[in-house]
Amino acid sequence: MFENLSSRLQKIMRDLKGEGRVSKAHLNASLRQIRIALLEADVHFGVVKSFISGIREKALGQEVMRSLTPGQQVVKIVNEELTRLLGSETAELTKGVRRPTVIVLVGLQGSGKTTTTGKLARWLQAKGRRPLMVSTDVRRPAAIRQLSVVGSAIGIEVEDPPARDPVRRARTARKRAANMAFDPLIVDTAGRLHVDDELMTELQEIVAGVGAHEILLVADAMTGQDAVRSARSFGDRLDLSGVVLTKMDGDARGGAALSIRTVTGKPIKFIGTGEDYGAFETFHPERMAGRILGQGDVLRLIEKAQAAVTPQDSREMLQKIQRDEFTLDDFRAQVRQLRKLGPLEQVLGMLPQGGLFKGMGKVQVQEKQLDAMEAIINSMTPLERANPRIIKGSRRRRIARGSGRRVSDVNRLLKQYLQTRTMMKRMKRGFLGRSMDRINFPV
Amino acid sequence: MNPSKPKERPGYFGRLKRALQSTRRELSRRMNELLGPRESPISPEQLEELEYLLIGADLGVETSESLVAKIRQGGRGKRPISSGQARKLLASELLELFEAPGWREEWVAKPHVVLVVGVNGVGKTTTIGKLAHRYARAGKSAIVSASDTFRAAAVEQLSVWCRRSRAELIMQRGGTDPAAVLHDALQAAKARNKDVLLADTAGRLHTKRNLMEEVKKMARVAGRLVPGAPHDVYLVLDATTGQNGLIQAREFLTTLGVTGIVVTKLDGTAKGGIVAAIASQLKIPIRFVGTGEGLDDLAPFDRQTFVDSILG
Ligand SMILES: Nc1nc2c(ncn2[C@@H]2O[C@H](COP(=O)(O)OP(=O)(O)OP(=O)(O)O)[C@@H](O)[C@H]2O)c(=O)[nH]1
Ligand SMILES: Nc1nc2c(ncn2[C@@H]2O[C@H](COP(=O)(O)OP(=O)(O)OP(=O)(O)O)[C@@H](O)[C@H]2O)c(=O)[nH]1
Ligand SMILES: [Mg+2]
Ligand SMILES: [Mg+2]
Repeated sequence: MFENLSSRLQKIMRDLKGEGRVSKAHLNASLRQIRIALLEADVHFGVVKSFISGIREKALGQEVMRSLTPGQQVVKIVNEELTRLLGSETAELTKGVRRPTVIVLVGLQGSGKTTTTGKLARWLQAKGRRPLMVSTDVRRPAAIRQLSVVGSAIGIEVEDPPARDPVRRARTARKRAANMAFDPLIVDTAGRLHVDDELMTELQEIVAGVGAHEILLVADAMTGQDAVRSARSFGDRLDLSGVVLTKMDGDARGGAALSIRTVTGKPIKFIGTGEDYGAFETFHPERMAGRILGQGDVLRLIEKAQAAVTPQDSREMLQKIQRDEFTLDDFRAQVRQLRKLGPLEQVLGMLPQGGLFKGMGKVQVQEKQLDAMEAIINSMTPLERANPRIIKGSRRRRIARGSGRRVSDVNRLLKQYLQTRTMMKRMKRGFLGRSMDRINFPV
Repeated sequence: MNPSKPKERPGYFGRLKRALQSTRRELSRRMNELLGPRESPISPEQLEELEYLLIGADLGVETSESLVAKIRQGGRGKRPISSGQARKLLASELLELFEAPGWREEWVAKPHVVLVVGVNGVGKTTTIGKLAHRYARAGKSAIVSASDTFRAAAVEQLSVWCRRSRAELIMQRGGTDPAAVLHDALQAAKARNKDVLLADTAGRLHTKRNLMEEVKKMARVAGRLVPGAPHDVYLVLDATTGQNGLIQAREFLTTLGVTGIVVTKLDGTAKGGIVAAIASQLKIPIRFVGTGEGLDDLAPFDRQTFVDSILG
């Protein structure tokens, strides 16, 4: 349905012969594709328009780097520009002069404020702080109760004053935090529409009444063109200090990030990547740029892989790939590592769809399958693991019996092994290989 | 708890209209700017602006381009089409994307089982409260299954809605298996001869295979206890959702066989245009629209109103 930018651009690159400079013809062809890619990623059309004209100015007549085609050169510029616009990644949280620092979370209905309140509290606690949370959502059924449940799930104190007035609830919690040395105080607010004047005024009262140091707009990564309007209104009404982009664990391209960033001028500080309270990360603009352009979150995958794999492991693995010596032993080691990476769908979700990894998302690997895969490999002899080619009919039957699986399972495993080997060869040459060089993979 | 606000509420059309007014004004100003006097011929620049108007309503590049192409073709051969004609043509092309009116909620089975699904935070639980209220007012007895066993305080939230709409709630204290709760609810519905069963489900991203399997299992359980169930699978979609909405719909459709879409939060400024792509490309009908957080803020989808709100 959505062709990603890299496959779109491959077409352009095929058609455009390498020339020394980026010409008008190159630009028009590439920029048209880039425009579509950005719009399909939900970047607001106004933002797209000005972005494209900025790129045009910047790219026209630029010298093409020796290693790149003109099309690639344009993509490179687009990527850099997008990264720049998405902001820096050193997004610190403000600290109040007097304790407690007060952080207020605001946003539309259902964007993830209450969940993020818990996530942020947990994140700060891990940094040695002692947060207190309070809900000011007196409207949504069971909203106050929800935050209490969150608090007990993550073991963080929740203040639940008897008052029904949002401002009083926040102030009471602040007093308690000051007296009991909690810091920061994180204030959850009710979801509201940016056009709801009454409730937007209420929000201003909460913020003023509690003396907020940090006001974070919590926005859904799946938001479309309307992100511009809602973010602008929240920004007009409140002195926002930053943005949290939630539900990034889905496959939305997240172009709203650029729209929100553009209209509020505020940094995106965190992203939410799941329903668990640990699924919370700091924001990385270059990854977001890659995601918006449909290049996948390869960098994040590599980073995760780095955390799960020791440098020794990865050096050996890379050497093996280089020498084409990837055996079933290595495959088993990979299967084990894959488990350490975390939920598989999350890992696969980070891979770019299409292009190099076309169809990869459809490789349905589930945790249970990993067990089966390992069991099958365990039933092979060391000789077989080192020389997968010799595993023919009778050996397959024996392996199936030994692992309590069917022959078709063994066949499937061998096929997956071959696919992986092929993919690794491609990675050696392809995009991932290059990114690996660039970010100094611990080889 | 205080049920729906006591204040007199206008009818559906008035409510949606009021909800959409702010943007409507803005958009109709833009339309007028775009199309100028009705007799003057439409220019290529105006056509491009028109395309942006549609894209801005989240219809997506593909749908917007094809709509504008039709208008361009409408003027081919003859003199360029006038802006007045363009507006009419666009409205009728947009209408064509949606199923023709005439749908009635007709239930043959008892209980009629409805599974309400969607990604996180779109408004499933709230929509169930509103639907239960709607059915109660039509004299139908409803039972609600608290089968979101994951989200913090999801059951408490739903129980407030059930109190408001006077629907019976079936839940399991500390239960963790949504299919088991649904199982209980189905049996209760049968035993008590209820007309309709509404099953709440936890929010799930369509990319999460295990969660999609979980909801599939719920559908299987329903089918085992009540032949033909679930009779309806409503996918709830937040009007602010962009192009990802189409992928969501496709994934839920192939996993569960979605029978209808509910678009929520249309009381904001988002147009929910992605449902046009969903209706035309996936042939899923749009069934209801949510226009607020009150019990009565739900109405059957009306394509004319919807198209008007997009075009201003
Ligand atoms: N997949 C995923 N779900 C999330 C994320 N953050 C929040 N959610 C889910 O989104 C839904 C809404 O989250 P809430 O925290 O209740 O949202 P809220 O903004 O407080 O909602 P209101 O108070 O009703 O306005 C819940 O189902 C959460 O579990 C995320 O990063 N990823
Ligand atoms: N303005 C407005 N808000 C709505 C509408 N429908 C739901 N909401 C609000 O959106 C938020 C999320 O609604 P829920 O019903 O909890 O959503 P959900 O899909 O059940 O969420 P999860 O179970 O966490 O996935 C709540 O604050 C609702 O009050 C609507 O039509 N208009
Ligand atoms: Mg909340
Ligand atoms: Mg719910």
